[in-house]
Amino acid sequence: MSKYGEKNIKAYGNNFTTMTPGPVAKFLRTCVIFQFIRFIFINIKMLVVVSKSH
Amino acid sequence: MARLVVLGGGVSGHTAATFAAEWLGSEHEVVVVTPNAKWNWIPSNIWVGVGQMTKEEVTFDLAPVYAKAGIIYHQAKALGIHPEGNETSDKPYVVVESTEAGSAGKIENIEYDYLINATGPKLNFAATPGLGDANGLGEFTVSVCTADHAVHASEELHKCIQTMKAGKRQKFLIGTGHGMCTCQGAAFEYIFNIEHELNKAGVRDMADIKWISNESFLGDFGVGGLHMKAMGFAVSSKIFAESLFAERNVDWIIGAHVNKVEKGKAHYELLDGSMGEEEFDFSMLIPPFAGVGLKAINKAGEDITATVFAPNGFMKVDANYAAGAYENWKASDWPSTYQNPTYGNLFACGIAFAPPHPISKPMSSPNGTPITPTPPRTGMPSGIMGKAVAHSVCDRILKGPDAPLHEASMAHMGAACVASAGKGLFTGTAAAMTIYPVVPDFEKYPGTGRDTEYTFGEIGLAGHWIKHILHHLFIWKAKLKPGWTLIPE
Repeated sequence: MSKYGEKNIKAYGNNFTTMTPGPVAKFLRTCVIFQFIRFIFINIKMLVVVSKSH
Repeated sequence: MARLVVLGGGVSGHTAATFAAEWLGSEHEVVVVTPNAKWNWIPSNIWVGVGQMTKEEVTFDLAPVYAKAGIIYHQAKALGIHPEGNETSDKPYVVVESTEAGSAGKIENIEYDYLINATGPKLNFAATPGLGDANGLGEFTVSVCTADHAVHASEELHKCIQTMKAGKRQKFLIGTGHGMCTCQGAAFEYIFNIEHELNKAGVRDMADIKWISNESFLGDFGVGGLHMKAMGFAVSSKIFAESLFAERNVDWIIGAHVNKVEKGKAHYELLDGSMGEEEFDFSMLIPPFAGVGLKAINKAGEDITATVFAPNGFMKVDANYAAGAYENWKASDWPSTYQNPTYGNLFACGIAFAPPHPISKPMSSPNGTPITPTPPRTGMPSGIMGKAVAHSVCDRILKGPDAPLHEASMAHMGAACVASAGKGLFTGTAAAMTIYPVVPDFEKYPGTGRDTEYTFGEIGLAGHWIKHILHHLFIWKAKLKPGWTLIPE
């Protein structure tokens, strides 16, 4: 994971002005414990939106 | 006894027909007319297209499900609607042509008391020369719009992987195949699933992957983009989309109308009027959608298609089609009951209804070529409006013709969307998003047009788990297995 997404940025290219995730953000994306917590949180958020839409 | 005829057995039509059959019971008839023998959970076609699911996992036979529900099923395509009947009868009817083996081509009239048009779209490959043939299996590009298309796409993708393993670089071009396409989300999912699979195959360094779409900015998705709360900021989907593209080393061309495809080359026009071409070894370009070409005929036998349908072939409903320029657009332009303004027993839902205008700001090149995403009407909103329309029809049948209609405006409903970025129980990721409302309401929510308390998104393994669970949940629901009515659309 060398420099994560930063190495792909091209100076003054399409992606020069965006943000790229760092090592912690990348790790947390597939960290099972953290993602299980997010799974519960996202499901609650989605159920709220679904309930507001019916 | 009343008869409800539903044209189409996709997400919206299947939802409408199955709930109507449940609510009406055996006292009334529900008839489904669809040219397909199988139901397809289209969101999972993405995984079929990279070889991570089979066609059988995303489809099932409709006939036994409709038999169980007491629904009369015609495997046929609708050709025309006669909403006033004909010279010998006042009873409205639809003309259908069988697509079933053994009786293909047989024409039949089916009378109705209420009609729900949920045909979905015609995949208009012909709008871009070279994009595909009548079946969508083009010579130069692939598609993931149907399960069969996705199987073909997977076969072509794996040929490219073998080529890369043999040491030859490959160029991938994924996106939209016309300036007026919708479904950018499907292409978005496919490009990142390809990238994920190339990584797994150990050939990512041999691939140049590029996105091409008609969006004026990355993350538009046909809904004018969205703002999500993150780290205390309301952040545009443009930032998140560009971030993911940068991270995965995927370049992009946006504001593009692909006007011609040849072997290994796509020609395009950009919003600034310039022309370009992009070479590829593998390309999946989503075609534009059009209405399925239904005709409408009055009692005298005159063609009234222009009265019932918009010029793009989608059915007119209770929308404001005279909103005019973008500056005049309002959330209230969007339909709420999906009732045809001319014939009160006609309804249209899902992709089959004519939207009043796009959601994204319309744009065109200096040459006059429109390059604007058309509005998405798929997934959760499609199911919700199908259920609302079925509810309205059932009320009118059971309570009388003056029963109030149920409402399900896209300007008042939200949507939950999960966009896969790679499949894997512990390595997969997906962008899980909610958007509320789908159509921005700038009067109610000044600035972003949406409620940022209920509009959010994040990428991670949890999103992948949710997408996988939804795959099984919605197939369970569509098969009418125990508890199916409890699963929300």
